[in-house]
Amino acid sequence: MTTKHNDPLIIAGRNFGSRLLVGTGKFSSSEMMRQAVDASASEIVTVALRRVDLTDPQDDMITALQGGDFLLLPNTSGARDAEEAVRLAKLARASGLEPWIKLEVTPDPRYLLPDPVETLKAAEILIKDGFTVLPYMHADPILAKRLEDVGCVTVMPLGSPIGTNRGIRTRDSIGIIIENASVPVVADAGLGAPSHASEAMEMGCDAVLVNTAIATADNPTEMAIAFKMGVEAGRKAYLAGQPAVKKTAEASSPLTGFLGK
Amino acid sequence: MSFAEVLEKSNAPNLRAGLDEISISRVERTLGRQQVDFSDFLALISPAAEDYLEVMAETARAITLRRFGRIVLMYAPLYLSNECTNSCLYCGFNVHRDIPRITLDLNQVFDEAQQLKKLGFGHILLVSGEAPKYVPVSHLENILNLLREDFPSLSLEIYPLSYPAYVQMVDAGADGLTLYQETYDRDVYDIMHPAGKKKNFDWRLDAAERAGQAGFRRFGIGSLLGLNDWRYEAIALAIHADYLMKRFWRTQVSISFPRLRNAPEDFNIPAPVSDKSLVQMMLALRIFLHDAGIVISTREPAGLRNSLIPLGVTQMSAGSRTEPGGYSHPSEEGAQFMVDDHRSPAEVADAIHRVGYEPVWKDWDRVMHEGYRNAAYNQRDAQGSNR
Repeated sequence: MTTKHNDPLIIAGRNFGSRLLVGTGKFSSSEMMRQAVDASASEIVTVALRRVDLTDPQDDMITALQGGDFLLLPNTSGARDAEEAVRLAKLARASGLEPWIKLEVTPDPRYLLPDPVETLKAAEILIKDGFTVLPYMHADPILAKRLEDVGCVTVMPLGSPIGTNRGIRTRDSIGIIIENASVPVVADAGLGAPSHASEAMEMGCDAVLVNTAIATADNPTEMAIAFKMGVEAGRKAYLAGQPAVKKTAEASSPLTGFLGK
Repeated sequence: MSFAEVLEKSNAPNLRAGLDEISISRVERTLGRQQVDFSDFLALISPAAEDYLEVMAETARAITLRRFGRIVLMYAPLYLSNECTNSCLYCGFNVHRDIPRITLDLNQVFDEAQQLKKLGFGHILLVSGEAPKYVPVSHLENILNLLREDFPSLSLEIYPLSYPAYVQMVDAGADGLTLYQETYDRDVYDIMHPAGKKKNFDWRLDAAERAGQAGFRRFGIGSLLGLNDWRYEAIALAIHADYLMKRFWRTQVSISFPRLRNAPEDFNIPAPVSDKSLVQMMLALRIFLHDAGIVISTREPAGLRNSLIPLGVTQMSAGSRTEPGGYSHPSEEGAQFMVDDHRSPAEVADAIHRVGYEPVWKDWDRVMHEGYRNAAYNQRDAQGSNR
């Protein structure tokens, strides 16, 4: 089992014991959401700023998330451009939340795909303003480097569009991002099964973010546990050094064995 | 191409006629597909699909869960005025009806809004009859400016406006526009709207485009079910929603299913829609349009509303009063229509919980609208040649 001590996820110099980030939307109740969050053992929990009233101490979602041993990471879900995202981020900071922000700029309400131009623009503005920015992005290796260059502390490429549960459909591009990244790579969006999370971790992602698959499961708490295990298994496999995949069978009595060593 | 032209070219009457020829095997092929196209949608609203509602319901439920999760957005209508210059045969506000006419002043609107705020609503739909003399654009503008600080989201369900007037509405704080065409059949429309400004079918039909260019963020469309053959209306709605989603790709489109149930005594509902047909229409639209919001109002009774939630509903009104001033001073007189779900918002929220969903009272933030207005300016500039 990975722990804070032997294999922490380090983001912006901060250690996290879990490599599973979870979202809080789409649950059947705030109570169910909290149970699933706790079961996931996640130490980074995202919350959509548009869903909460930060001025209301009785806000259902904020109340449900109180007292947890995790970083509450506000996200700018619903923002259509950089300006909206920046406004939301500032609103969160003004309310007393830590200046960490999961940046989401998704102008298309259908597939919720991130706008690369506005995401980069917002990231630059927010970082200059002192925010710690974790951007949701396409699995675009160049964009990943650009976001890293402006000071983002992670890159969070999508596996497939939000809520689709299709898994890692951007495998090759995420592979290039991992190869070139010097900040943690968090596979975000589209992971529909624990095996998808395992796959991402086996590839070398540093963490994954899951929401829909847990929130809409028949038993969200059990699914949260399953994802936790999937992430841990994938990470262990990655660290253990998986054997390479080969195209052909390798005979135990090799055809060229007569040549000797 | 305007939507009026798109609708004309689609030859919806022919598409409707073809539904009766669709076979059971065509329906079954559709139900096996991951992604359905428009011809599949036609199969799903055909008579042949009537025996497959359970399978369709399972598919619609799964799509909705993936896309929207287990949540239902709560909203409430706030009626500003029941003055109206139109003579829509089915409507309680018809100019010829002898009802007490009321237009709320700013103080009364504020009082009504405070009642809704106390009940927990963050999303308000401002509703008015077509009476620009009593509810001019300037009054609407003042109302929006009055309420914008108190509510994360303000939508309008009012008479169709010009492009500049829609711009004023967006700038004053409106982020959503609901406008039902009532029926997409020109002939039926003519009969149902014998006089008044509403008689102009195309002015209403193309209102969403003017609103889209002005920068509204959410559209609500719908047919008043009962006026015309529901299958024809479903075809037109699907084409309209698909058109709006592509034309205004940043805008969230929702479809409402207002059904005439308790029409005025002097009006016979020409094409009553059964529960089964309502469900078939809703399921088919959900399976075709994964991302469209689906709205069920208090026109429908509590039991049916509860049952519809898991089938794809994403928004519900609750505790609605359809007479101006009704939240502060409830009265049966002067209402647009009689609601059939008389539960309080808290009771509706409890019922939503009981079927395993979360009632959501806030899913937008006013702070975003300020940035959004600026984006709308840019969008208007970019689309200037279209208006």
